[in-house]
Amino acid sequence: MENRAYNYAIVRSFVTWSVIWGLVAVLVGVIVSFQMVEPDLNFPPYLTFGRLRPIHTNAGIYGWGVGVIFATFLYIVQRLCKTPLWSDKLAKFQLWFFNATIIASAVTLLLGYTTSKEYHEMEWPIDVMIIILWVAFAINIVMTILKRKEEQMYISLWYMLAAIIGVAILFTVNAAAVPASLFKSYSAYAGTNDANVHWWFGHNAVAMALTAPPLAMFYYFLPKSTGVPIYSHRLSIIAFWSLIFMYLWTGAHHLLWTPVPDWIQTLAMGFSVMLIAPSWGSVFNGYLSMNGQWHQMRDNYLIKYLILGITFYGLQTLQGPMQAIRTFSAFIHYTDWVPAHIHMGTMGWVSMISFASIYFLLPRIYGKEVYSIPLANLQFWLILVGQLIWSISLWIAGVLQAGMWNAMNPDGSLTFTFMETMVEMYPYWWARCLGGLVYMAGLIIFIYNLYMTAKKGKPTVNNAAAAAGRA
Amino acid sequence: MWEKKPVLLIIMATGAILVGTIITMVLPFVWVNTDADRIEGVKPYTALQQEGRDIYIREGCNNCHTQTVRPLVSDVLRYGEYSKSGEFVYDRPFLWGSKRTGPDLARLGGKYPDTWHYKHMESPRAMVPKSNMPDYGWLSANPLDPQMIQRKMETLGFPFTAEEIKALEGKNEMDAMVAYMQKLGTDIPWRQSNATEIVGDLTNPYAGVDHDSMEAWESIYTENCAACHGEHMEGVIGPELVGADYEEEVLFEIIYTGIADGGMPSFSSLGTDKVWKLVNFIKYYHLEEGHH
Repeated sequence: MENRAYNYAIVRSFVTWSVIWGLVAVLVGVIVSFQMVEPDLNFPPYLTFGRLRPIHTNAGIYGWGVGVIFATFLYIVQRLCKTPLWSDKLAKFQLWFFNATIIASAVTLLLGYTTSKEYHEMEWPIDVMIIILWVAFAINIVMTILKRKEEQMYISLWYMLAAIIGVAILFTVNAAAVPASLFKSYSAYAGTNDANVHWWFGHNAVAMALTAPPLAMFYYFLPKSTGVPIYSHRLSIIAFWSLIFMYLWTGAHHLLWTPVPDWIQTLAMGFSVMLIAPSWGSVFNGYLSMNGQWHQMRDNYLIKYLILGITFYGLQTLQGPMQAIRTFSAFIHYTDWVPAHIHMGTMGWVSMISFASIYFLLPRIYGKEVYSIPLANLQFWLILVGQLIWSISLWIAGVLQAGMWNAMNPDGSLTFTFMETMVEMYPYWWARCLGGLVYMAGLIIFIYNLYMTAKKGKPTVNNAAAAAGRA
Repeated sequence: MWEKKPVLLIIMATGAILVGTIITMVLPFVWVNTDADRIEGVKPYTALQQEGRDIYIREGCNNCHTQTVRPLVSDVLRYGEYSKSGEFVYDRPFLWGSKRTGPDLARLGGKYPDTWHYKHMESPRAMVPKSNMPDYGWLSANPLDPQMIQRKMETLGFPFTAEEIKALEGKNEMDAMVAYMQKLGTDIPWRQSNATEIVGDLTNPYAGVDHDSMEAWESIYTENCAACHGEHMEGVIGPELVGADYEEEVLFEIIYTGIADGGMPSFSSLGTDKVWKLVNFIKYYHLEEGHH
């Protein structure tokens, strides 16, 4: 047992499948973006905006996002603990069950089996599958950490553990429901309580699935890629504890001005603003780690992805708290501004870090050099430009529509009917289609690069042994 | 210390996560959906309404429509009385939504007659020209399943009668959807209490306006009235308007405040100026056209 090799095969599989689900997420996203501007592209009952949009979001979060978490964590935990995975069999089960869960989710959502709860639409049997999947993953990570050969746990491992616990609590509590049949259940909570529980889940799923894990990756892959250590261990400690403490108070900023009690909204607003500190703690830690290394932005494409990724994290964590302030929320909420915000986080921050992590892994898990660095650079510019077209056009659209919604005549009546404001959105919605297509072009290049690396990449000099599992 | 002790780290992290969780997520259960926010008159959904709600969920309507009116001037003017916690005690799950690609629906009930909804679901663009909502006419082809609906009502613990379940036979999903639309936001009598009362004399600011000036106002009619009263005021869902023989002031009042029981929505949100333009347009445009 002691001499068992690192399990890279499982990392390869998770990389492949996460990328496949990522493509599905982006493809469905592009489809629904066209449905927004051309309603005749809805083909009921299955292929309508209402049924496809949850497939887009859930394929993105659970297929691509969680898939990359599985791939990178299963790699990082072995390296940081200097020991192979606790159980290869459990990891294999996790891989198959992961794909079974994602497929079951997509099929049931197409069929209209949905709870309607955003980012948690899947009905209760799928929730059970997701919980089993997460427990299998958690056991393997925790047991590997317990039998580690490196006494000190690096910061990435803390983020991993916090994410594992956090997701488990959030998902299970929000999934509570009473089934009426195999594919129909009613939430265990009603009305205002349900809303408050749900956005406690919704916002902290962002914290525990789309913030802590990419930070774990960032803290591991940035120093690995630059070759110099992280700037401040102490700063990372302070940022970690304050981040996981403060995040959980902020869910109700999604519910400002709703019937949720005011004091919850006020706490959410206050803690959201306070969250700028720990978020930017990590951003600064990233930037300061580049001291004397900024030339690598030019020389090393991985650094470009990682630094742009953490920059979008920084922007995201400034814009988010701004939106969490009551007055600003009153103006901007329910407009296209909000999806633009979300897509800066997902397409910019989380995906940039994920792409960099996968590029970093390729030579180590395949024992082959990345097929084409010029293609990786081209992909970088396409996803950057695609995302900026997407977000900037919809920020403008959001401000425009909010302004029109609030415009008043001198006699105190509204200046515009709802439809007069909506028709103004069409040009921006077309721009979104374009942004999505450009982004998808970048993603297709990424997949081509992965495929060619696996097929035709030149064997690495240093990592051949590692990839063969003898490191 | 915790950097070397994973179990301790897990316990401490769990503690950090639970503080905010308990205060902002668990604690509100003490007040929400109790006597503290109860509203008399809020009723559970009927079997037909609940089935409509479940179809609304199945089709993902919540992806484009919110169901909560905020206590903000523009929200209240556009949609009606702001939403209150006690109105949602029977909502499992909540359907407040997060994006208004289409308008908020929290106060939709009673705004339009049933016929409007059937036509709009069948073909949204026939009623709202530049709408991007998909067609839902196909719901009419799907009969309801009374047995399943009964089981759902039992799961929810909502009261129902055998006759009510029997009455579902022969009804289709569209019927259920429209019943749900008409229930939304009607548990409190906000339409009656918010109805505008016109005080003082009404004076037509455009008295004696010529035909050419009125031509510019046609778009106000087309966007707001044509879907129900016809492109040429010939009457569709609503009555024919050509030669409407109401006094100017009465016509103003009908358009401005609506007819609560008659299916005529209030158009006060257009403002007095546009409503006066409509009064003149409806009353005199075709009349003068005849003289040409």
